[in-house]
Amino acid sequence: MINRLLTVVLALLFLWMAYPFFEWAVLHAVWRPDPVACRAAKGACWGFIAEKHRLILFGTYPFEQHWRPATATAMLLGLWFLSGIRFFWKPWLAILWLLGLVLISVLMWGGVFGLPYVENERWGGLILTLLLTTFGLAFAFPLAILLALGRRSDLPAIRALCVGYIELVRGVPLISLLFMASVMLPLFLPAGVTVDKLLRAQLALILFAAAYLAEVVRGGLQGIPKGQYEMADALGLNFFQKTLFIILPQALRISVPALVNTFIGFFKDTSLVLIIGLFDLLSTIKVSLNDPAWAGSAVTAYLFAALVYFVFCFAMSLYSRRLERRTVISSF
Amino acid sequence: MRRLAYQGAALAAAVALAWFLIANASASLAERRIASGFGFLGREAGFEIGQSFFLHYGAADSYLRALAVGLSNTLMVSLIGIVVATGLGALIGLCRLSKNLLLKNLAASYVEFIRNVPLLVQLFFWYALITESLPGPREALQPLPGVFLSNRGVFFPTLTSVPALDGFNFTGGAALAPEFAALLVGLAVYTASFIAEIVRAGILAVDRTQVEAAQAIGLTRAQATRLVLLPLALRVIVPPLTSQYLNLTKNSSLAVAIGYPDLVSIANTTINQTGQAIEGIAVIMAVYLTISLSISALMNWYNARIALR
Repeated sequence: MINRLLTVVLALLFLWMAYPFFEWAVLHAVWRPDPVACRAAKGACWGFIAEKHRLILFGTYPFEQHWRPATATAMLLGLWFLSGIRFFWKPWLAILWLLGLVLISVLMWGGVFGLPYVENERWGGLILTLLLTTFGLAFAFPLAILLALGRRSDLPAIRALCVGYIELVRGVPLISLLFMASVMLPLFLPAGVTVDKLLRAQLALILFAAAYLAEVVRGGLQGIPKGQYEMADALGLNFFQKTLFIILPQALRISVPALVNTFIGFFKDTSLVLIIGLFDLLSTIKVSLNDPAWAGSAVTAYLFAALVYFVFCFAMSLYSRRLERRTVISSF
Repeated sequence: MRRLAYQGAALAAAVALAWFLIANASASLAERRIASGFGFLGREAGFEIGQSFFLHYGAADSYLRALAVGLSNTLMVSLIGIVVATGLGALIGLCRLSKNLLLKNLAASYVEFIRNVPLLVQLFFWYALITESLPGPREALQPLPGVFLSNRGVFFPTLTSVPALDGFNFTGGAALAPEFAALLVGLAVYTASFIAEIVRAGILAVDRTQVEAAQAIGLTRAQATRLVLLPLALRVIVPPLTSQYLNLTKNSSLAVAIGYPDLVSIANTTINQTGQAIEGIAVIMAVYLTISLSISALMNWYNARIALR
């Protein structure tokens, strides 16, 4: 009885709060790209997204070349999608990735096959977010495995180095690492050597992700029963054979759901490159708001940003949950 | 022997890398005529800070004092954020365990949506909502007598004075700038979604028979919850909760993006004005490491206190 009453009260409360939102987002919203109507209306200004979608998706990439980042985005998403299917977890997937990334680089930079060269300062939008995530994870992952193995090593000096690195990076905010990469790194390079801003940010993201992924991999390593190590020793395998063929395959398999969760976190964290002035998806949305004709569209624009990020992250988190159920079943 | 060789090689590589970086850094500093060291902290900062909670600060004060104001702003927003996030998170975590289907699903949707949107997007959203959608001071909303919500921030009465409209803004009372309000709401709402999951998992981890046994020996439902369920659940909850508190504190550094003068934002201004990048970033890192270690130590102490003996 009380339960039903609670349902009714909650439903009323929910409607009372949701209806004004519905009114704002749908009934009073302006869907045409018409800034004057937008300013006059009391609702959301979806026309802003329609008007600025090119800038939001592709940043300052040359306008007539937009098909290049669009194709690259589709290819990258396709690669990620294929990698999510267990059937494709074969060695040739790595080769496919390598080919795909080469092709994407050619598309984005150009300079060959009659494609005009586009310097990476002009890359932006969704493709930049996806590239930062992809390359960040691709380089951070091997580093993370080394760090995790190092942290569990019985050699005190190596363990101390790895623990020191992991705890230092995890103890400070990502922004401080990004600032470090953008203002401090140039000081630390030999005279005459310059690394462009995108690469510096990418480096900071790799170093950051490696520390967090290392802890996930370490969790996986700890989940391997001692018997597996002893059996590998009994077979006469040396350290590298034991690690590569016995321990790591099992450890990585059990840490896949946790790894996907870390990937989600990392994907969200790439939005911080906005603070050091790179044009990722969030940054292009923020920049497109600078147009004075469209003043007052910020709430709509950021809601749109939230939806885009949500679609990606939610898909990944559903995937991780499915994987988790599968792993639990197949491990018995 | 081989063990020693491996370790020696690793240490040598680390030292070589450090030496290479330091040599390069001192060369480029000499070339740019930047004097290294913390001497600049005593110099006049020359910039204003929008919000300062405890310390009195003016543009004529030193960089050291500016950084101290930044630190106090970071601590302030983190501390209030932790309290609000814990309360909200615990409430939503409990709602997720409710027998009421609607309540359960509403709480689940909250967690699912908030967790999957970057915090920076949420901060921009709240900031836009406050500055763009709230009315100006003249038409300020007044949810409670004496409390005013407007696009200039939140104004509320203190023991000694009450905010009143004076020209284009309020005077008197206490004020929270829009930047602070957006940051606080953003941090609390975001972290609460993670805390909710931790609370839920902690309560689910308690063996049901424990509560049933408590009720069997004649404890009421409330007593069983307070004396048996909570102490058992807390032991599961506290360690992951600690890392959420640390995350909230580190995430407060996103303040720089919406213009709240936290430590990172003031250190950034300092770096831009003085060129002392290495020292500025060293200050940021030292402060955050200290905060991280202190929160860890505090929570470990608490964890040890509530652990089974």
